[in-house]
Amino acid sequence: MNLNSLTIKEAKVGLKNKKFSSVELTKACLEQIKKYNKDLNVFITVTEKEALDSAKKADELILSGQDLPLLGIPIALKDLFLTKGIKTTAASNVLKDYIPQYDATVVKKLKDAGAVILGKTNLDAWAHGSSGENSDFGPTKNPWNKDYVPGGSSSGSAAALTADMCIASTGTDTAGSIRLPASFNNIVGLKPTYGRVSRYGIVAMASSLDSIGHFTKTVEDSALFFNVTAGKDPMDATTLEKEYTAKPLNKIKIGVDPDFLSKSLEIETLNLLAKAYNVFKNDLEIEDFIPDVSLSHQEYGIACYYIIQPAEVSSNLARYDGIRYGLRRANFGDEAKRRIMLGTYTLSAGYYDTYYKRAMQVRTLIKQDFDTAFKKVDAIIAPVSPTPPWKLGEKINDPLKMYLSDKFTVTANLAGIPGLSIPIGFTSKGLPVGLQILGPHFSEELLFKIGCAYEQATKNEIWRKLKPKL
Amino acid sequence: MKIDASHVAKLANLPLNLVEEKKFEKQLSDILSYVEKLKEVDTKNVETTSQVTGLENVTREDETATSLSQEETLSNAKSQHNGLFKVKAILTE
Repeated sequence: MNLNSLTIKEAKVGLKNKKFSSVELTKACLEQIKKYNKDLNVFITVTEKEALDSAKKADELILSGQDLPLLGIPIALKDLFLTKGIKTTAASNVLKDYIPQYDATVVKKLKDAGAVILGKTNLDAWAHGSSGENSDFGPTKNPWNKDYVPGGSSSGSAAALTADMCIASTGTDTAGSIRLPASFNNIVGLKPTYGRVSRYGIVAMASSLDSIGHFTKTVEDSALFFNVTAGKDPMDATTLEKEYTAKPLNKIKIGVDPDFLSKSLEIETLNLLAKAYNVFKNDLEIEDFIPDVSLSHQEYGIACYYIIQPAEVSSNLARYDGIRYGLRRANFGDEAKRRIMLGTYTLSAGYYDTYYKRAMQVRTLIKQDFDTAFKKVDAIIAPVSPTPPWKLGEKINDPLKMYLSDKFTVTANLAGIPGLSIPIGFTSKGLPVGLQILGPHFSEELLFKIGCAYEQATKNEIWRKLKPKL
Repeated sequence: MKIDASHVAKLANLPLNLVEEKKFEKQLSDILSYVEKLKEVDTKNVETTSQVTGLENVTREDETATSLSQEETLSNAKSQHNGLFKVKAILTE
C-alpha cells in the first residue's frame, strides 16, 4: 500500500489501529518528494530532519492513546506561511535568505494539532500569479502533464498533494489562488470566508482580500483541516466567529448564473460543467435548482480587483526595504514591480477618485449581487477557470491575458464569501477540470455538505480512479 | 492612459533601468486601459467597501506582553551596529 496516497481520514484510522506509524507515513512522503521534486519543482525547502522528529513524537503520543485532529499527518505549507527557524521566501529573491523568528498562527495551530510539516512549497512570488510561472525559483510543473501549468499562485501546494508528496497542504486565495490550482490538479481546495482563518504570520498580499485555506483529497478531509485552522485570533484584528447551521440537503436551493455558461468557456470545460450541473440538478435530492441567478456586475470583477489589489500590494510590499530583513528592492521580479507600480499610480495624487474610490464602489455592487442572490438560493455553483490548464509559457508575455484567468474566482474575494473547488473530471488531453460551490459568509458547513453529496453521487465514475503518471 | 513609469518608480522606491521603464510603461498602460471599463458602471450614491467583515474598533487591553528579543529582531538584518539596525546617512554635514 502506498501510504502517501491515503486521505487524512484513512491515515488517521491506520495510525490509530497501528497498521503503520507516522514515521513510516512521513518517510513514504519524503521518498516521493526525493523521487519527483527535481522534475516537478514543487518544494523550495524540505525539512526532512524536523519532519521525522515530529513524526517520532507523534508516534509516542499515539502509543500513549492521545488523539489530536492531525496527529502524525504529514502536510506541506505554501512558502508564504512563516515557520520559525525555517527559511520562508515567498518564492522571491528578496527573501531568499529570510529565516522567520516566529510561526504564523495557522502554523502554530497545525503543529498543536499534531501535524508533521514536510516543507515549504513553491508559488508565484508574493502570490502574484495564476500559473506558478512568476516564482523566482522556476515554475512548478503540473504532475498530470509536465508541459502544462499547475495553476497558481499556490502551485507547489496543489502539485504536492496531487503527486502524493503529502496528505494535505496549505494555500492562500486572493483572487482564486487556491481554487484555480485545485481545479487544475483534481483535488479539493477551500477558500474560507474572509476573517475566518487568521492571516497573522502569513506574508500579506492584499489585506482586504487574502483568505487562508488548504488543499485536500476529499471534501471530508477539507472540513477536518478547516476545524483546525479556523478561529478568532487576537493577533489578527480582522478575524471573527459567527454561529451558522447548514440546512439539510433536501431544503437547499442551488443556483447558477447562466451567463457563466456562455461562449466565454472553452468547449470541453463547458461540457464537463454541464454534465456536473445535471448531477446537482437531478441526483442530489436538493429542494430546487434555479438556473437564472444573475450576478450582474460579475464582468467588472477583474477591473475592480486590478485596482484594489495592486494598491494594497504596493502598501504591503513597502516594508521590504532590505534593512530589517531581505535584500534590496531591485531584487523584486517583474510581476511584483508591475503591481507595486500600478498600485502606487492609482493611489497617487489626482488619481484616487478616478480609480481607487470607483473600484471600492463597484466592490460594494459586486458584494450586493451575492447578498441578493443568496436571498433566492442557498449556494451557487460556477466554473473555476474559463479554460483547462494551459501550456507553460503560453500566457507569460501577456499580463492582462493571465489576469483574466481569474474572472470567475475573483468576485468571491471582493465579497469575502467562501468557495469550495471540487474536481468534476478530465479533458480529452487528460487535464483536470473543477467547479466551485459558493455560499454566503460563514457557510463553509453548507459547502462541505453539498460537495460531499456530489462526491458520493459521482464516486463510481471512471475518472475518479485516475492518478498522474509521474 | 499613459503612465510615467520613471516618476511612479521613484515614488515606489523601485530602481528601474531604461529598458525596464519602456517595457513596464507599455504593459501598465494596457492594464490601465482595461480597468477604465469601470467607467461603464453607475456608481452614483453607492457606498465604498473597504472591508467586508463589518468589524469596527477591535482593541485589546493596553498591556505589555512578551515580544521578540533584540537578538531575534536583528537576526535577519544585513547591517547592524550595537544592537541597532544600521542604515545609510540621511542627513549629511
